[in-house]
Amino acid sequence: MDNNRERLLKIENLKKHFKIDRNTVLKAVDGISFDIYKGETFGLVGESGCGKSTAGRTILRLHEATEGEVYFADENVHTKKSAKQLKKFNRSMQMIFQDPYASLNPRMTVKDIIAEGIDIHGLAKNKQDRLNRINSLLETVGLNRDHGNRYPHEFSGGQRQRIGIARALAVDPDFIVADEPISALDVSIQAQVVNLLKRLQKERGLTFLFIAHDLSMVKHISDRVGVMYLGNMAEIAASDDLYAEPLHPYTQALLSAIPIADPKVERSRDRIIVEGDVPSPVDPPSGCRFRTRCPFAMDVCAKVDPVFQKYKKDHWVACHLYDEDYNEDYKVIQ
Amino acid sequence: MSRILEVNDLSVSFQTYHAEVQAIRGVNFHLDEKETLAIVGESGSGKSVTAQSIMRLIEMPPGEFVDGSIMFAGEDLTQKSEKQMENIRGKEISMIFQDPMTSLNPTMTVGKQIAEALIKHQHMSKKEAHNQGIALLKLVGIPNPEARINQYPHQYSGGMRQRAMIAIALSCNPKILIADEPTTALDVTIQAQILDLMRGLQEKVGTAIILITHDLGVVANAASRVAVMYGGKIVETGTVDEIFYNPKHPYTWGLLGSMPKLDGSHETLQAIPGSPPDLADPPKGCPFVTRCPHAMKACKEHMPAYTNLSDTQKTACWLLDERAPKVELPESAIVGGTTVHG
Repeated sequence: MDNNRERLLKIENLKKHFKIDRNTVLKAVDGISFDIYKGETFGLVGESGCGKSTAGRTILRLHEATEGEVYFADENVHTKKSAKQLKKFNRSMQMIFQDPYASLNPRMTVKDIIAEGIDIHGLAKNKQDRLNRINSLLETVGLNRDHGNRYPHEFSGGQRQRIGIARALAVDPDFIVADEPISALDVSIQAQVVNLLKRLQKERGLTFLFIAHDLSMVKHISDRVGVMYLGNMAEIAASDDLYAEPLHPYTQALLSAIPIADPKVERSRDRIIVEGDVPSPVDPPSGCRFRTRCPFAMDVCAKVDPVFQKYKKDHWVACHLYDEDYNEDYKVIQ
Repeated sequence: MSRILEVNDLSVSFQTYHAEVQAIRGVNFHLDEKETLAIVGESGSGKSVTAQSIMRLIEMPPGEFVDGSIMFAGEDLTQKSEKQMENIRGKEISMIFQDPMTSLNPTMTVGKQIAEALIKHQHMSKKEAHNQGIALLKLVGIPNPEARINQYPHQYSGGMRQRAMIAIALSCNPKILIADEPTTALDVTIQAQILDLMRGLQEKVGTAIILITHDLGVVANAASRVAVMYGGKIVETGTVDEIFYNPKHPYTWGLLGSMPKLDGSHETLQAIPGSPPDLADPPKGCPFVTRCPHAMKACKEHMPAYTNLSDTQKTACWLLDERAPKVELPESAIVGGTTVHG
């Protein structure tokens, strides 16, 4: 990536807490900050329950933020907006959902599903224009014109995901949050959808936030990747850099846990196996959230929250192993 | 190594309202002692039906055995009565499922569910079964098993539930363990733990495993042999090295090509175009013909026979016929040269 890249989104100390009952608060997203640049794909990874989907939804204002700011093209997303402002804003940000079975209305034809955004925003001049737009969208995502008159249940998972993509594209957005768009699909179909997303990005200059737990697919599609753990951001780096030199012990464990489709590599690999399960976000550990499972945990990790700091260009990490004051322990990891 | 299971020409169909769905159509494979056979394929390829046929978990009707046999310890499982199967299930052959939440009973403590099999098959007393349950939970790596054994499944995390399932499945030292997508619902770090656990237990207990999965990474990690299923048939089978380094079937090429490589370039993935065949109206010839980049006239009309490429590798593809044009292994399907962190 070059230096003169333009920032499209700025996320600042974003928090989303859910109240479970009077005394318990689930801190799904607990203070994350990062930028997304124009035309890039930012991958967000982490295990289930780490807050990656909540983060994506809060950025789009599908959830109201508990604290913190999201700026989209220098405009604050979470301030009070009139219905008209909100509508204008919604047009520029769209979402593709994980489950292509649950996210399409079964009682609407594909044509009407795709055109819903066009109708709401009044983008079509007349009936013919509306139809032309639908047809060209269908073709863009690799479906036939006559598919428009059918209902969602007549399509396979991969085709439904294409319909979801066409719907998101209908209002000509700048930014799309894709929340696990391929995890419900078969391997051979996953590749089709990923290739489609990449092609659309190139043709239309789209910016993606790509949320997933499949790290090899995320690496393939993303320019930069952020790793989340229990509502916090553990590490952000350019995708090649993250996989070549993961800094955070959690990132290292996560990468080492992915099985590689190569038997010889699998036989010779030394895995870092993290013990135990992810702690509950209702009562997360003090200090560094990962310390309970971290093979390098030190005393300080329980006491002080690690600061999210720059390690080198485009590579940020929140871990005490990389603090100036604690760098005698830094050697452990190398 | 001795053979413990042999599936011959197995065909299973389901009668549905509008048609007969031929879920598996003449499947042949065997399982040797202490090995792990992976069955790979996409949804609807028949891999789960194959597994459930062995366990006789398919409801009949609507399902039926059309043809073939499943030979286990000299006897044909397809001919067994429900009563006879009860003595085999859980004792000789056991199974773990994809979703541990829906396959454990939410109203029973984990301890009771482990004890069930021990009391029925090993004729243990309640007390003995309880103690054996604690030992099993310890074996599968559940911390504090004395307390955990009295808890209910909802008090366990996803990874722990799958461990508990494995404890139940292994409680009677079965000869065969069928694992149907055992790690698909789990996160990668937990998946690595479970795969490690299964491998360790296999070494300790000596169970043969049939591993059903769509994840080629898991296959490379855990399997000794692989059967690739497509459209209700096994299109290629071989040792794990043969399938990954010398694949001969275009569908296997497609599967290997559609995986992103971690060392990877960001270039376009080699997707397999189209979608799998409808098994209510299965194609006359090769099931992969509509999606195969090398399809010929013969493929449409006739199902290719198996070509033996080695003692262990068999492939059903017309490209291996001497009259067919020579097709090289596409570059996207070449596995190897990957450098990985960790």
